[in-house]
Amino acid sequence: MSAPPEARAPRPAAPGAAASGGSLHFVNARLIDPEALTDAPGALTVRNGLIAAIGAPAPAGAAVIDCAGRCLAPGIVDLGVRIGEPGERHKESFRSAGLAAAAGGVTTIIARADTDPAIDTPEILEFVTRRAAEDCAVRIRHMATLTRGRQGREMTEIGFLLDAGAIAFSDGDHVIADSKVMARALTYARGLGALVVGHPQDPALSAGAAATSGRFASLRGLPGVSPMAERMGLERDLALVEMTGARYHADQITTARALPALERARRAGLDVTAGVSIHHLTLNELDIGEYRTFFKLKPPLRSEDDRMAVVEAVATGLIDVIASMHTPQDEESKRLPFEEAASGAVALETILPAALRLYHAEQILLPRLFRALSLNPARRLGLPQGRLSPGAPADLVLFDPDAPFVLDRFALRSKCRNTPFDGARMQGRVLRSFVAGREVYSREAADA
Amino acid sequence: MTFRARHLLGIEHLSPDEIRAVLDLAERYVDLNRRTVKHGDALEGLTQINMFFEVSTRTQASFELAGKRLGADVMNMSVATSSVRKGETLIDTALSLNAMHPDLLVVRHPSSGAVHLLAQKVQDCAVLNAGDGRHEHPTQALLDALTIRRAKGRLHRLTVAICGDIAHSRVARSNLLLLARMENRVRLIGPPTLMPAGVGDFGCEVTDDMAEGLRDADVVMMLRLQRERMDGGFIPSEREYYHRYGLDAAKLAAARPDAIVMHPGPMNRGVEIDGTLADDINRSVIQDQVEMGVAVRMACMDLLARNLRAERGAKAAGVMA
Repeated sequence: MSAPPEARAPRPAAPGAAASGGSLHFVNARLIDPEALTDAPGALTVRNGLIAAIGAPAPAGAAVIDCAGRCLAPGIVDLGVRIGEPGERHKESFRSAGLAAAAGGVTTIIARADTDPAIDTPEILEFVTRRAAEDCAVRIRHMATLTRGRQGREMTEIGFLLDAGAIAFSDGDHVIADSKVMARALTYARGLGALVVGHPQDPALSAGAAATSGRFASLRGLPGVSPMAERMGLERDLALVEMTGARYHADQITTARALPALERARRAGLDVTAGVSIHHLTLNELDIGEYRTFFKLKPPLRSEDDRMAVVEAVATGLIDVIASMHTPQDEESKRLPFEEAASGAVALETILPAALRLYHAEQILLPRLFRALSLNPARRLGLPQGRLSPGAPADLVLFDPDAPFVLDRFALRSKCRNTPFDGARMQGRVLRSFVAGREVYSREAADA
Repeated sequence: MTFRARHLLGIEHLSPDEIRAVLDLAERYVDLNRRTVKHGDALEGLTQINMFFEVSTRTQASFELAGKRLGADVMNMSVATSSVRKGETLIDTALSLNAMHPDLLVVRHPSSGAVHLLAQKVQDCAVLNAGDGRHEHPTQALLDALTIRRAKGRLHRLTVAICGDIAHSRVARSNLLLLARMENRVRLIGPPTLMPAGVGDFGCEVTDDMAEGLRDADVVMMLRLQRERMDGGFIPSEREYYHRYGLDAAKLAAARPDAIVMHPGPMNRGVEIDGTLADDINRSVIQDQVEMGVAVRMACMDLLARNLRAERGAKAAGVMA
């Protein structure tokens, strides 16, 4: 098996952006190190796009950045971003997604394969890789589908796709219902060491659901899915992983009842990780209120008990990854009766302030938070990002964890503004983002 | 004034005082409707549009009659056969409607929440929900309340049994909310497959046994069972359903001797209710429900029109000042 090519370094976002090839020296920073789990004041030096030293004096000729006590952390590695290329560029392009990511502190986008057409051949993968390199301000890697056309019938050319740079294989929210197809795809992927990203959900039980079944859905008259459908989907996938030995990542675990199954699989030594979307960590079903379609997600928002259980699982490390599950939808697909409206929400620009709600609620400390946002996804995907140590890529986010603001959805850089946080009070803003030591976003410059 | 609502989208947002205000006014319209000359002028000069995205002869006729008796210009838009089929969205429909300047908009739609969506997008017009998906059907609950109040002399501290397909019924939801708000004891009876999820948190008693559920009930409210749910998906068969949940004289014997029998119509005789029982004028108030329906809809539109006129008056005064 050939090693996947290194993530492409992006072109500079704007001419004259700070410190191109030279050295950068951050002083007075609050360094958030997710690997060492430390949160301490210090200095960080960047040379040739890599972190060169921690706590060293400024090298001669280096551009010095005074962080004024703000947080400096490894940039977010966002596992599960939907971009509308190919097929739906009016919803999101590589350019708009890149700008949104940079402004949100996301320095590596892991793009989903649920495009139209789906990324299911090496040719389409090469096309999107080239398009992204031309236009995207941050690093980007692409997933490919596990079955052709996400139909759940025939597996894709996993080997060729790996050679072409596919970082993981996923049919998105299309569950491969046929367990035999899934078992064979997992077996084949295992042979090549490929990571399979599953969507744990029993497809029959969850068909037609617009909300999580229970009092709220019943009073609103919305068709509901039992939270049990997630556990059933996860148990099926875990059994197949046990059978095949594949590397598996569950894209979103959002219910309390699924957690014991995950824990058992871990203890049994299966190569399994799990993620959760930022929205399921910070919102619950009651936020849907009077049929607010920007809160329609897949899987649907859960009860507060489920949300609390999942937050706890992130804090203990049972759930490894927090992802945006960024899903742009235009106004037309959202301004419909709730059942008919499209699912999904944009989140590249809100993932950090939303995640900081957990920090401000004293549910999780910053180094742990960045384990889930940066280190763990990078590790799982075999990327060198997500670390704050010498030799790691200088993909960094400088942010003020306390700065309060009210979110205005029309200020977002995404082409679609379907955020559930419109008008929400948030705390924590990205000040600057760097990819390979190049500035890709500066709040000061953006405001000017 | 007690009734402050801008729209009538559901029982959920009505206070007990608002509910009483509707029923009290409806009583007066019952009297009017029994006279030879049945004209009022509360809606004189106003335009009422009935938009039914789902076919309904009875509810639409009831709203039409209510509007005409109060002097409104009533128009029926048969949306099930019009531009909506051609891909026009609900929002576009709302925008077209704004251009026609309706004052009262009566909407039925197969999707829960669709009437809320429409109400957000129309301007300067009161919206009445005539049934949205499985969510609410507020005028049905209000007419049921009026029927109960007239038959029982009160609308509190009664035991009301609601039987049948609770899960898919907007009538059940609105009635449940209204009866609970007026401090009645509500029992839900039906097979577990036709109970909504989370029904245990609704604050009412739930049973799958008719005899137990009907015990000492003052009011027995039967729901219609949709044909498409009888084919083995939710219940095994029509005849098993009738055997276990169809209301007949024997099952009704568990209720109070003076218990009344209600049904929102249209009935499936021999499926959820015995035909003879439905026609028994000593027990069945099904015909009264239809009569109360017109009166309650007159009252709702009258009250909403008063609020609309007051709002317009205030706006006009603001412009002058």
